[in-house]
Amino acid sequence: KLRAGARNEALSTAEKPAPYVNVITHNNFYEFGTGKQDPSRKAQNFKTDPWSVEIAGEVDKPGTYALEDLLQPHGIEERIYRLRCVEAWSMVIPWMGFPLGDLLKRFGPTSRAKYVAFTTLLDPEQMPGQGGFFSTLDWPYVEGLRMDEAMHPLTLLAVGLYGNALPPQNGAPFRLVVPWKYGFKSIKSIVRIELTESMPVTTWNQTAPNEYGFYANVNPEVDHPRWSQATERRLPSSLFSPNIIDTKPFNGYGDQVASLYSGMDLRKWF
Amino acid sequence: MVLTPERLRRLALWWLVFLLPLLPLAWLVERALAMDLGADPAQAIVQFTGIWTLRLLFVTLAVTPLRLMFRWAWLQRYRRMFGLYTLFYAVVHLLAFATFILGWRPDLLLRELSERPYIIVGTLALLLLIPLGVTSTRGMQRRLGPKWAKLHRLVYLIALLAMLHFIWQIRSSFQEQLIYGLILAWLLGFRLWKRRRRSRGARRQTA
Repeated sequence: KLRAGARNEALSTAEKPAPYVNVITHNNFYEFGTGKQDPSRKAQNFKTDPWSVEIAGEVDKPGTYALEDLLQPHGIEERIYRLRCVEAWSMVIPWMGFPLGDLLKRFGPTSRAKYVAFTTLLDPEQMPGQGGFFSTLDWPYVEGLRMDEAMHPLTLLAVGLYGNALPPQNGAPFRLVVPWKYGFKSIKSIVRIELTESMPVTTWNQTAPNEYGFYANVNPEVDHPRWSQATERRLPSSLFSPNIIDTKPFNGYGDQVASLYSGMDLRKWF
Repeated sequence: MVLTPERLRRLALWWLVFLLPLLPLAWLVERALAMDLGADPAQAIVQFTGIWTLRLLFVTLAVTPLRLMFRWAWLQRYRRMFGLYTLFYAVVHLLAFATFILGWRPDLLLRELSERPYIIVGTLALLLLIPLGVTSTRGMQRRLGPKWAKLHRLVYLIALLAMLHFIWQIRSSFQEQLIYGLILAWLLGFRLWKRRRRSRGARRQTA
């Protein structure tokens, strides 16, 4: 369904991608329920067409744009990234997308733009997880990046995976992918992108600031208060080989991104 | 031995109660063999055996209130079986965690067991269950006499530890934990209420 995009070999891992069926049935997308298979079951009728996106805040050309117009100028390429979940599992996923920085540049960030805040659709009718009484999360889901993180060439806006358009459970119609950060930073089904001067309040950070930092860079040295981040289980795993591997700083992307944080105490800014 | 209808009924009931708690495990094994537990079968197995441990613990704890409320004297006979099944599921749960999640890696085992509060609390609950299982036979019951009842009151502490183990894993939704917590509150509250009524009655008699 997507314009065939060439693989960006330089930015892709040579590791073996998880089978498609695992990528589309093992999802954390709490808007559709907290079980790993809830999104694949409950998101199938999710409407992603028409879809519009608001570009707001510190940009020269704010406004609400139809998704087609937003995506139209960008060439789509494939990137095979590792995705490390904060829950200590990981998968290798072949995304289709383009750099977020290319999109932001089109709207002219002003000199006051220091951060980017992203918002997921709020629609309890379609997203049953947003309607519950028992969630400690505030909806809509909000995530954010520092401007230099947002402009980094690894930071991807994904519109597909495995050569197909994104299935709803993976964040259709378009989502963020930041491979050196825990998966919850890679916000799904985006309807709003706001450039801000101050650090945005993000959903998990607001809910449990001692457990989920704003930066959320993958870091085997800094444990989640309730579990270790030193290792991860690479999925799919089978019962006979649990596939436990050591977690790498910045999820193995340290060569490319560690310099963004030079001089920062990563224990404090976890 | 003559198979009277009464005996036959009791035998059938015994087999039913013996086989019923094996159904969840049978289902799990069937799913695992069919490779139908998703991308993360390890997590699925650990979660499934964990929740069934808690359910069987609650069933065990429900025997006394149900017996008293509905005058189901026959239920008492199966309490030991439910209790032993609780222990059985708890052991499978811990072995599954050590095998499938930690791969028996000594460094991971040591760290999880020393640093993770919810793992420590869960392990403690399982360790405390073991003496209860060992002393569950009729012979041990006789030998320990009044000490037996005292020892087996540990089950209340175990239930609280197991609940804490569950609550400590909440990430955002606490719906399940709330439901299980309310059931446990009723199971323990019923006993407190009974005891207070009994002691008040006793006081009235001595006055």
